[in-house]
Amino acid sequence: MCLAIPSKIISIDNLMATVDVMGARRDVSLILLPEEADVGDYVLVHAGFALQKIDEETAQESLKLWREYAEFLEKEAMYEDT
Amino acid sequence: MQSKKIIDDFCHLIGKDINIMEVCGTHTVSIFKSGIKSILPNNLKLLSGPGCPVCVTSIEDIDKAIAYSMLDDAILTTFGDMMRVPGSDMSLYEAKAEGARIEIVYSPMECLKIAEKNKDKKVIFFSAGFETTAPLTAATLVEAETRGIDNLFVFSVHKLVPPALRLLLQSGEVRIDGFILPGHVSTIIGSKPYEFIPEEFSIPCCITGFGAEDILLGITMILKQIIDNKPTVDIQYKRSVKPEGNIKAIEFMNNTFSVCDSNWRGIGVLPQSGLKLNEKWAHRDSEKVFDIKVQSKPEPKGCQCGLILRGIKTPPECPLFAKFCTPEHPVGACMVSSEGSCSAYYKYRLQ
Repeated sequence: MCLAIPSKIISIDNLMATVDVMGARRDVSLILLPEEADVGDYVLVHAGFALQKIDEETAQESLKLWREYAEFLEKEAMYEDT
Repeated sequence: MQSKKIIDDFCHLIGKDINIMEVCGTHTVSIFKSGIKSILPNNLKLLSGPGCPVCVTSIEDIDKAIAYSMLDDAILTTFGDMMRVPGSDMSLYEAKAEGARIEIVYSPMECLKIAEKNKDKKVIFFSAGFETTAPLTAATLVEAETRGIDNLFVFSVHKLVPPALRLLLQSGEVRIDGFILPGHVSTIIGSKPYEFIPEEFSIPCCITGFGAEDILLGITMILKQIIDNKPTVDIQYKRSVKPEGNIKAIEFMNNTFSVCDSNWRGIGVLPQSGLKLNEKWAHRDSEKVFDIKVQSKPEPKGCQCGLILRGIKTPPECPLFAKFCTPEHPVGACMVSSEGSCSAYYKYRLQ
């Protein structure tokens, strides 16, 4: 029920936008969007409304966390060895 | 796979049984689909909680929606998910087959078009869902008011996630060591409304995205909080969730709804766990405008949905599961929606 899908803004007309949702075009309302969005931005769409602009570069952030955890475990292992 | 090794090592470090509960139906389905459970170490168990608003809509509310749809000059509009939920005697789908005027909408905004096209009819939107969906109804009502569309009404059965989590924790019926929190509900409400969980109950939380990698990382972030003994509300799903949530959507929600007690299917009435239209919107509130009475039947005998929604039992432990209760002929709430735990279990485990 709470499914929301990342969609790319194709065009904007006042508080409505046409977005591309996995190849299909849909009209969505921008009225609930907390910040301004431009053509080309990705927004999270739920039942005809854009809810949030989607930030990029999070893949990097995830990798950074995994690396931190691996390093933490290495230190733990060293501690256990001594 | 490195993430699996890190999870294994973290669980080994913790060295005791760990129960992590996901409370969003979309997570439940993603966990089953991706087979995440099969790669987790033995001492880490994932439990499904009350995470699907379709499943927790009460029999009485379905009966009321059907009663609205049968009023003279009325059209009931609803999300497609709600159509098959069993009421006392029938579902909306069956009511439609018997001639009730029911239209499925993809967005609440479609109700405006239906209302404009049918000026002689009263269009009643059956507004279900968690905090993700409530602001959409609020925005639609504001638009109806602006455009002078007077024949649109709302039957609100919205539910709130944090009060349900509080009840689960207060009941103490099941040990929970961490919560995978919903990504899209939290896109609206942010992380603050969950802070009582680490503060009052010392339980780690992580607002998590819906891909398999997201969920694995979310689990790991919870495990790290357990190891460090520093429970908090982490956000893994940062590409969509801000700590403050969506301020604009919250404003729409607060201007339109007020918090009320709400009846959760399989669980019962939970104090301050739902949303009804506030006084300002009384003229659009179906419960105030239309006089209907329903006599609802109790939930079916043998159905274990209440226990399943609280993580106390798993679907196969229900005597009805897969025998008398299937996705084609659901008896209980959790089998109804494709995001219910029984339905997910049936679909992915029995294959």
